[in-house]
Amino acid sequence: MNQDSQSMHFEYNVEGGNFSRAGYASSEIKKLLKQLNVDMGIIKRTVVGCYEAEVNVVAHAYTGTIYVDLNTESITIRFQDEGPGIPDIDQAMVEGFSTASSKVREMGFGAGMGLPNIKKNADQMKISSIVGKGTTLEITMLLQ
Amino acid sequence: MMTLAAIAEKLGLKVLSGQSGMNRQVTGGYVSDLLSDVMGHAQAGHIWITLQTHKNVMAIASLKDLAAVILVTGHQPDEDTVLQSNEEEIPVLGTDLPAFEISGKLYELLKT
Ligand SMILES: Nc1ncnc2c1ncn2[C@@H]1O[C@H](COP(=O)(O)OP(=O)(O)O)[C@@H](O)[C@H]1O
Ligand SMILES: [Mg+2]
Repeated sequence: MNQDSQSMHFEYNVEGGNFSRAGYASSEIKKLLKQLNVDMGIIKRTVVGCYEAEVNVVAHAYTGTIYVDLNTESITIRFQDEGPGIPDIDQAMVEGFSTASSKVREMGFGAGMGLPNIKKNADQMKISSIVGKGTTLEITMLLQ
Repeated sequence: MMTLAAIAEKLGLKVLSGQSGMNRQVTGGYVSDLLSDVMGHAQAGHIWITLQTHKNVMAIASLKDLAAVILVTGHQPDEDTVLQSNEEEIPVLGTDLPAFEISGKLYELLKT
């Protein structure tokens, strides 16, 4: 953590394939935003976006890092992973599209609603991906 | 609004874990076995009715500030689900009824 009067920065690791830890980083981020007295409605939307993005790293990538940057105007959360990448982002954004394995689906993941959920709840969302390298998803929540 | 304790008594639900959270207030319910669907649609204070028994259920219940989880048709929570339920004080309740029937009963109870 590094903190001055203007902005704060936090980082969290996400382990690909480790479903028993899925949601842990999102829970830490939720606690952080509560401590900082962020508006409850904004926290709720942020939590939905964070959880879905974290689970995508767990379900679809090998390893990832979450970078959280806060200032008085906005919260920016970047999920950067090393993984297979997304060949067609428009297709991945379609509700119901999923490449999740049947085992992952049986657990109730892989409904193809994650990226649409993020889009609905974030004020801004950006994805970039390089096939064979990884994916970076960034969500921004406006505080004012 | 009703407490979990009152609802559990009226509907004959077994407390499988998270006993210390039984005084939580319930605002409604949501029925789904798809985690993203619950993430997107359940509201704080809801009871989540499902057959999913693994630990990720508790992660979602906690992130969404749900009041409790009801496992249907006699399903039992996994061991690590029980641990997290106890820690978070979000009860997991059990019923032998299928989702349709327990949802109908809960709906009737909360509607008034
Ligand atoms: N971080 C990621 N790395 C690789 N592929 C991803 C990633 N995030 C999403 N995807 C791809 O986009 C699809 C849709 O994602 P999403 O809407 O979250 O649905 P789901 O995760 O349920 O499959 C995934 O099935 C996967 O093919
Ligand atoms: Mg997903």
